[in-house]
Amino acid sequence: MQTTEERQRNPWLAKLHIDGPLFLGLIALCCVSLFVIYSAGGQDLGLVQRQVIRMGISFGVLFIVAQIAPDTFRNYAVPVYIAGLLMLVAVMFFGVTGKGAQRWLDIGVTRIQPSEIMKLAVPIMLAWYCARNPVPIRFLQVLGGLLLVLAPTLLIARQPDLGTSVLVASSGIFALFLAGMSWRLVFTGALTLGASLPVFWFFLLREYQRQRVLTFLNPESDPLGSGYHIIQSKIAIGSGGVEGKGWLQGTQSQLEFLPERHTDFIFSVFSEEFGFIGVVGLLILYSFVIFRGMLLSIRAQSNFQRILGGSITLTFFIYVLVNIGMVSGVLPVVGVPLPLISYGGTSMVTMMAGFGIIMGIATHRRLAISQST
Amino acid sequence: MKKRVPIRNHQAESALYGRRAIVSLSIVVIVFLGLLANLYKIQVTNFQEFQTRSNSNRIVVLPVAPNRGLIYDRNGTLLADNTPVYSLEVSPAEVSEMRIAIEQLVELLALPADTSENFYSRLNQPRRFPQITLFDNLNEYQVARFASVQHQFPGINIEGRLQRFYPHRDLLTHALGYVGRINQQDVIRLREQELYAQYAATRTIGKLGIERHYENILHGEVGYQTVEVNNRGRVVRTLDFNPPTPGRDIHLELDLGYQQVARAQLRGRRGAIIVLDANTGGILALYSNPGYDPNLFVGGISSAEYRELLNNTSNPLINRATQGRYAPASTIKPHLGVLGLHLGVITAESRIWDPGWYKLDGVERRFRDWRQHGHGWVDITKAIAESCNTYYYDLSFQLGIDNISSFMGEMGFGKRTGIDISEESTALMPDRGWKRARYNEPWYHGETLSIGIGQSFWTVTPLQLATSTSIIATEGRRLQPRLLRGIGEQNAIELTDIIENPPLVLSDPAHWQTIKKAMQATITDARGTARLAFVNAPYTAAGKTGTAQVVALSDETDERPDIEDVAERFRDNATYIGYAPAEYPEIVVAIALENVGGGGRNAAPVSRALMDYYFANDEEKAAILQAIEDEEADANN
Repeated sequence: MQTTEERQRNPWLAKLHIDGPLFLGLIALCCVSLFVIYSAGGQDLGLVQRQVIRMGISFGVLFIVAQIAPDTFRNYAVPVYIAGLLMLVAVMFFGVTGKGAQRWLDIGVTRIQPSEIMKLAVPIMLAWYCARNPVPIRFLQVLGGLLLVLAPTLLIARQPDLGTSVLVASSGIFALFLAGMSWRLVFTGALTLGASLPVFWFFLLREYQRQRVLTFLNPESDPLGSGYHIIQSKIAIGSGGVEGKGWLQGTQSQLEFLPERHTDFIFSVFSEEFGFIGVVGLLILYSFVIFRGMLLSIRAQSNFQRILGGSITLTFFIYVLVNIGMVSGVLPVVGVPLPLISYGGTSMVTMMAGFGIIMGIATHRRLAISQST
Repeated sequence: MKKRVPIRNHQAESALYGRRAIVSLSIVVIVFLGLLANLYKIQVTNFQEFQTRSNSNRIVVLPVAPNRGLIYDRNGTLLADNTPVYSLEVSPAEVSEMRIAIEQLVELLALPADTSENFYSRLNQPRRFPQITLFDNLNEYQVARFASVQHQFPGINIEGRLQRFYPHRDLLTHALGYVGRINQQDVIRLREQELYAQYAATRTIGKLGIERHYENILHGEVGYQTVEVNNRGRVVRTLDFNPPTPGRDIHLELDLGYQQVARAQLRGRRGAIIVLDANTGGILALYSNPGYDPNLFVGGISSAEYRELLNNTSNPLINRATQGRYAPASTIKPHLGVLGLHLGVITAESRIWDPGWYKLDGVERRFRDWRQHGHGWVDITKAIAESCNTYYYDLSFQLGIDNISSFMGEMGFGKRTGIDISEESTALMPDRGWKRARYNEPWYHGETLSIGIGQSFWTVTPLQLATSTSIIATEGRRLQPRLLRGIGEQNAIELTDIIENPPLVLSDPAHWQTIKKAMQATITDARGTARLAFVNAPYTAAGKTGTAQVVALSDETDERPDIEDVAERFRDNATYIGYAPAEYPEIVVAIALENVGGGGRNAAPVSRALMDYYFANDEEKAAILQAIEDEEADANN
């Protein structure tokens, strides 16, 4: 019923395989982004222009991906996943080092970042894996799924790129959760994870990562060293108050006390200038995008599409959670941008491709129905 | 490939997903509410705390140094000015390759060779400001040259500020003193006086002379500037400005013209000149030769230059006018005459016979007069006018050392005069107690006779000579000498009060006239010792010459000077006291010249020149100063 209504309301959008409300939500976030980047980047219009170009490219990718029938991804789930995994292994041996991490693979023409591919390859793989058999997913299958998640997660964590590994792991685990893994397993898993934290601490984390966690636990212990970022970020957020200092008026950001102003810590700039009211508005906007994404996944016609759409949407949520939690001092500092707001291109392209898949799921319905029946 | 396809219940699967999606969304909502709760705590509950911390991040209060008060002479001529200077300031924390940068700058700007050496020594000393001065006085060319390459030298900047400048250089050094960099001792002293906050932005402090004595008037009060800074401490804008209160101007009794005449008179000679206003105690001239350029000290004198001043055998650093200790010689004969009359040991008419020598009972030695065959019958007038020693041997013997030292103490000898600079010596007025303490010996009569002609242990400063002469000239008024005339702006000077001690009262005030007539006779009498110097003077004057034998000076140095130098160093010191006009004295003069010979021939003409200038009209004064300038120009060429 609703679907026919929508089609009647937005025939053009339907033909373009675009979901109107989700699209508007993404556009709104991008608009907010340009204003904050202008302010955080020292009112550099060039910076804004470059971000507009990246947004254009990202929306182009979204549009192209949306045209692809979602079940097509099913056929490429396994080969893409395996290729991605191999590339991650290759990175370990032949990777290009930058900013203290080995993340890139030089293939002559350009450099690619296999961990970005895995951000989509893992949810597609896990959606395929979970949807092979009727849900709820069985215990042994869950274990198999966990292995599929763990392999790329560990490879990425070793690069080291803690932020991306958290996102990749979340996308896979969400797929398993949405596929109906038993509650007992969910709780057992949470407990096991808690128990294995010491293992992570001693064997997997690098010195600087441990330092980040320690600093997160008590930033004031080292106010001029590694605690500086968190303290300055909290000062920026807190001094914004209810109404904020006003656009371009944030002293913490304009006077450059804030680090990584237009990238990872852009939320602090936003909070300082727009206050608690702005923060509530921004979270409502994010919630809208997440709810819309989940709604579209619920309406999907197959388990594969449902799980894939849900996994991508909830990973987007993790982005928001980890970034805001990090800059407001409740989560350790891992390099995760604020989705669609932070300056930068790579992760935005991947994210928009993900939203393209969701739009495809929402608009390729008839075809999906005909295929699954 | 056979595979058992399970029967799928699409409805149930869809429902399961729906439930899990709803659980997920609930978690999303709960987590977002949690994030919001935390943000609420930061932004709303703890807003005040973070606002304060944000402000303290960006708002810095900077002290602003007050402009130092200027110093003028009695005619409003500027003696100490503040001029803009451009200095090269280094922030060591921001410079990565210090040695290379300094080396390049020294070469690029052609800075003096000892610049880097001095810089490194300052770098290692405790300092009050984050920046260290590399070079103090850049010229316009150097400023422009540096501006064009500044980007290559992060952490090195040009700073403009006002700095003390003494336009007349060595002419007034011993009166004005100078300001110099605030050093560690100054910091400790200022802290003790709880004045340190006032100097938060000040670089220099009065070190000597007027600059030191009136530091609290000249300095002013510190101001504060509230500025917004970025994370590198660069000032972005000023939020609030609480201007400093500038120091107050000081007006001195000094007259630049006298100083110039004094310098011209002392050219090439060591010595000192004091000119007093007889009626106020104001010091019209205070000059000590040789002097030195006080500007050397303002930005910090280099050790080489300082060593040169210290090792100079003429001791330019000593203020001879207030610290020089000279045997007064015959210049104190009027003073002793006053005492003789006061105690009735002599009268205006009493006479002695001078055969050219004086013999003390029980002592083999004859005390000689300077004139081999004596002065014949001598009364007090003739004794002063012709400077008869024999008369004074007799007088001092009759007075005794106790009377002499206590009365001369009343006239200010052996004491500080209270002049408003700190560099002052008491010199020495000996008495029995001093002799006992110093040499563990009794006082001998022979020593009293030497005291009677101003020799032996008695030493005086030129300033003491001037103030004591002023007491005679004013018939007992004891005015404290002072350099300060007033405080405040040019058109609203608050004049300082005259400081006057209780007068010196004699048994008969007529005694003053007796002595003053005698001092006038020094100039008017046919055999007066200063007659030649004052021939055809268009005013009346009185005075007394003095010629002191020198024994001490060569002992002070270990070096073995060459023959010519020895001869020069053993020549007599010439002294002179005087006042004019003789009837109603207006100015008092005291002069001491080292190793020049007799006082009548050498010191009295100096007094004549100073007094001529005093009685000259404006045109004549200008002509005199022009002549001096021409002479100086000739001497320099």
